[in-house]
Amino acid sequence: MEKLIEQFSLGLFVWMLVIFIGLILLLKKFAWKPILDAVNEREEGIKNALASAERAKLDMQNLTASNERLLAEARAERDTLLKEAREIKEKMINDAKSEAQAQGEKMIAQAKAAIESEKNAAMVELKNQVSSLSIEIAEKVLKSELSNTEAQTKLVEKMLGDAKLN
Amino acid sequence: MVISKKPLYLIVAFFFALLPLISNATISDSTAVHTENAHSEEPKDLKTEIKEYIAHHLLDSYDFHLFSWKDDAGHDHHIGFPLPVILIDNGVQIFSSSKFHHGETVAESNGNFYKLYHGKIYKTDAEGTVSYDDKHHVSNAKPTIDLSITKNVFMMLVVSVLMFFLFSGLAKSYAKNGGIAKGAGRFFEPIILYIRDDIAIPNIGHKNYKKYMSYLLTIFFFVWFLNMFGLTPLGVNVTGNIAITAGLALLTYLITTFTANKNYWGHIFWMPGVPSLMKIVLAPIELLGTIIKPFSLMIRLYANIVAGHVVLMSIIGLMFIFKNWLGSSLSFFLAFALSLLEILVAALQAYIFTMLSALYFGAANEEHHHDEAHH
Repeated sequence: MEKLIEQFSLGLFVWMLVIFIGLILLLKKFAWKPILDAVNEREEGIKNALASAERAKLDMQNLTASNERLLAEARAERDTLLKEAREIKEKMINDAKSEAQAQGEKMIAQAKAAIESEKNAAMVELKNQVSSLSIEIAEKVLKSELSNTEAQTKLVEKMLGDAKLN
Repeated sequence: MVISKKPLYLIVAFFFALLPLISNATISDSTAVHTENAHSEEPKDLKTEIKEYIAHHLLDSYDFHLFSWKDDAGHDHHIGFPLPVILIDNGVQIFSSSKFHHGETVAESNGNFYKLYHGKIYKTDAEGTVSYDDKHHVSNAKPTIDLSITKNVFMMLVVSVLMFFLFSGLAKSYAKNGGIAKGAGRFFEPIILYIRDDIAIPNIGHKNYKKYMSYLLTIFFFVWFLNMFGLTPLGVNVTGNIAITAGLALLTYLITTFTANKNYWGHIFWMPGVPSLMKIVLAPIELLGTIIKPFSLMIRLYANIVAGHVVLMSIIGLMFIFKNWLGSSLSFFLAFALSLLEILVAALQAYIFTMLSALYFGAANEEHHHDEAHH
């Protein structure tokens, strides 16, 4: 221990402190700070690059997923469209058919009604004519009664018989 | 052409990894010359000489000494370079350590005379008289303040410059290459990240770790590089010097003390959850604990590095004591294995110092326990 204290040189101690503290300050400014900053920056860069790569991967996955979803949706929509179109087509055909049928029936009914009314009208006409004919006949009978009663009666009978046939 | 570059780096890295091993071989070569010549002259003194060599290596010195040998005429040759001596003693005295001539002559500066004696500077007269007290210690006065650029200071400066260029280069390379490290600094990036992710954040916590990062990174690389330089042929033992480890430990202590929160002081002076009497007993113990912690940091680093150097150099020295092919080669392989171990220890001690500093900072920033449960 005594030898150790004897070995201790104050000058060397002072120089050591001066040199070492100077070295710390110099290296701090010119080496350690820039080195640690550069290394930190690089590590941050790597971290960010990895993170962004991960993000890009996720984005890619999302994109693929959404693409597939879109495709599936489009396909489904196409199918529904086609289905709807088919339904509409069938409906249209059916509608057309039923309408045509209804129209036909209506026309037939109208035609029937027209025929009926025509027939009635014709019957009325006929009756009118028959009545006018009857009147004429009656007139003629009346006239001929004045000349030939027997013949007139015969005529009347005959005419009535004819009228009854109608 | 990318492939062809990689083996080149590998070879260079391998070369540097092996440098400490080669280095010890160089040291041993120089000692070989040194000791063998000495051996022929004074054969009984080899062990002492090796012991002195090791002791000399462990200490700081005023010149940068690489190796030395004795020529045939018995003259000492020292290879190295002098460093400036700065003394605050009757004004500032600055002169080159070459004036001492390795302790052989008296250095004169502005009318003051100094002599280097056993690695220490003493004031003396023009003749260089050294007087001793009754315990055979030198009784000459020492300079008031000695701020010399010694070998250790010089090595710290070298390491500081190296670290500055290495890490500021690394810092610049990020901007140039779009956030990717390039060049030699690239090797250290994982270590920086390791210190952040496995030392600072787990011990201090996400909220507070940032303000300690500069200190933790600097201390780790500073200690590691100095430990590694200690294993090179330069033969510097900076981290194995008590003044250095004391300085480092003091900084850790000061940072812990001045960044500590209320909770930390509360635990020291008024430990919650124990009886009042115990609180009074615990306070001095806890207070002492805050000082013992950095003290253990200081001793641990110092002792590990010194022990490593002593053992390694002793085993290398054994080669010259055995002086036969079996013992010496065994010593060589032992030294080789130990060198590998020392490289591990160099990094390990730096890691432990950083880790424990982070642990103490973490304790200083600990929140209340009910908060902790959420983390």
